[in-house]
Amino acid sequence: MNHGPDLFQLLTVFILAIFVGFEVISKVPTTLHTPLMSATNAIHGVVLVGAIVIVAQLFGGGTPSTALTVLGICAVALGTINVVGGFAVTERMLQMFKKREPAKK
Amino acid sequence: MTFDLQSLLLDAAELAAIVLFILGLRFLSSPATARLGNRLAAVGMLIALVAVLYSTHALGWWAILAGIAIGAAIGFFSALKVKMTAMPQMVALFNGAGGGAAGLISSVEFFVSVHPYGWTISVSLVLSAIIGCLSAAGSIVAFLKLQELMTGRPITYKGQQVVNGIVALGIVVLGVMLIATQGVDPAWVFLAMLAAALLLGVFFVLPIGGADMPVVISLLNSFTGVAVAITGFELNSNLLIISGSLVGASGTLLTILMGKAMNRPLTNVLFGAFGSGGGMETSTSSGGQQNVRATSVEDVAVMLAYAQQVVVVPGYGMAVAQAQHSVRELADQLEKRGVAVKYAIHPVAGRMPGHMNVLLAEANVPYNQLYDMDDINPEFPRTDVALVIGANDVTNPAARNVASSPIYGMPILDVDKAQNVVVLKRSMRSGFAGIENPLYELPNCSMLFGDAKASVSALTAAVKAV
Repeated sequence: MNHGPDLFQLLTVFILAIFVGFEVISKVPTTLHTPLMSATNAIHGVVLVGAIVIVAQLFGGGTPSTALTVLGICAVALGTINVVGGFAVTERMLQMFKKREPAKK
Repeated sequence: MTFDLQSLLLDAAELAAIVLFILGLRFLSSPATARLGNRLAAVGMLIALVAVLYSTHALGWWAILAGIAIGAAIGFFSALKVKMTAMPQMVALFNGAGGGAAGLISSVEFFVSVHPYGWTISVSLVLSAIIGCLSAAGSIVAFLKLQELMTGRPITYKGQQVVNGIVALGIVVLGVMLIATQGVDPAWVFLAMLAAALLLGVFFVLPIGGADMPVVISLLNSFTGVAVAITGFELNSNLLIISGSLVGASGTLLTILMGKAMNRPLTNVLFGAFGSGGGMETSTSSGGQQNVRATSVEDVAVMLAYAQQVVVVPGYGMAVAQAQHSVRELADQLEKRGVAVKYAIHPVAGRMPGHMNVLLAEANVPYNQLYDMDDINPEFPRTDVALVIGANDVTNPAARNVASSPIYGMPILDVDKAQNVVVLKRSMRSGFAGIENPLYELPNCSMLFGDAKASVSALTAAVKAV
C-alpha cells in the first residue's frame, strides 16, 4: 500500500531548490551558456535514479509482464542516454575552452 | 537495524549528489573552473547511481543493467561522434531522452500502483507524464528541424492555435479525470492523455522557426527539469525534486535572458511564428534589394591587412559552412600583421545560446577575444572593418529605426557604424524569404559572395600575399 508522502515537506524542498537554481545560474557569462545548458541537461538525467527505483519496484511485486518490463528497460536506457551523453558532450565542449596566452605572436 | 543504516547511507549519498550538483553549476560560471564543475556534477551523479543500485537489493537487476548498457553505449557513442556544429540538435535529443524517461516512469507507476494512491502521487504522476511527453516530442521535432531532416521554417496553417488549444484542453480534461479518480480509470484514459501530450509537443514546436531554436531548446530543457522534479514528488525523492528544479529554474532563466536579448516576450517566440528561417542564416529577401555592392577577395584582403582593428561577427552561416577553423587562421594572419582582431557575439547568434562561443572555442580562439554585444557595440565606430560571416538579423539596422520591421526593438550589433562592413554570404537570392537587411545597401557595406569557408580561406591566402 502506497501512502502519500508528506506533500508540504516536498513542496518546501521544491520551492527552495528553484531559488537556489536561479541564484546559482544568474552569474554565468554568455560564453558558457551552451556548456551550462548541456550540463544542466545532464543533471536532469538524474531521472535515471527514478527509473532504477521503478524497475526494482516492478520486480519487487513478482515477475512483471513483458510489456511493463520493456517500458522499464526503456526508461532506464533513456535516462542513461541523458546522463552519459549529457556529461560527455559537456566535457568535450569544455575541453575547447582553453585560455590561450595573448602573447602567442 | 541494518535497514536503518542502509537508508541512512542512501540519504547521505543523495545529499552528497545534491551538493555536488550545486557546486558543479556554481563552478560552471567561470571558464577557468567550468570543467571541474562538470566533473563534480558527474561524480555526484555516479554517487547517486551507485547508492540507488545498492538499495534495490538486485531486484530486476538484469533489466536495469540491460537498460544502462544500451543507454550508455548510445549516449557515449553519439556524444563522441557528434560534430560541434551539430551540438544544438544533440542537446535536444539528450533532453528528449530525459523527458521520455520521466514519461515512462509515470506510465509504469500508473500500471503497477495500487489505485487509488493518494493525491500527491496522483497529481504528480499525471503532471510528470504530460510534461515529460511534451518535452520528448518537442525535442524530437526540434532535432529534426535542426538536423534539417525537415524544414527549419515555421510550419503554420490557419486555425493552428485553435487546434493546439483543443489538444491542450483534451489533455487537461483527461488529466483531471485521472487525478479525480486517483488512477482508477481504465488504461485508455491514461494512454489517450499520453498521446495528446506527445501530439501537443509536436504541434508546439512546428510553428517555431530555425532562428528561434535556441530559445526553444532552452525552454524544453527546463520542461524536462520540471518533469523530473515532479517525478520526484511521485517517488518521494528529494534528489529528483532538487535536481529537477535546479534545471527547471536555470532553463527558465536562460530562456528569459534570450528573450530579453531579442527584445521579444516569450509568447511572441512561441506563438508569433517569426524567425521565418531567415534568422541568422545566410539568407535574405527574394531580390527586393538591388543596390548592393559586390566586392572581391583581393579588395577585402587589402582592407583587412591594413586595418587597425577588425571585428568578426559570426552567425549561423559560419556554423553551416564549418568555417570556424578558417576564421581563426585568418585572424592569426591578421594578428601577425599587428591587426587587433575581436569577435562580436550576439546573444542569439546561432541555434543555441552560446553556440558561436563553442564553435570558436573549438577552433582555439581564446575566449578573451570574444565580446558580448554590450561590450563590443561602443567599439564599432573605432573599427576599420566589421567582417560579418553568415550573420544577418543580428546586424540588421532596421531593428533600430524601422518601426514596421518584425524585428524592430531587438538589440543588434551596430556593425553599420564601423568604417567598412564586409558581409560574407552565399548569395542575395538563395535561402528563405527573410527580412530585408538595409545594412547591405549602405555605402560603407560591401558583399563578398560565396561559401563562407571558401571565402575565408581565400581571404587568408590573399592576406598572406599582401
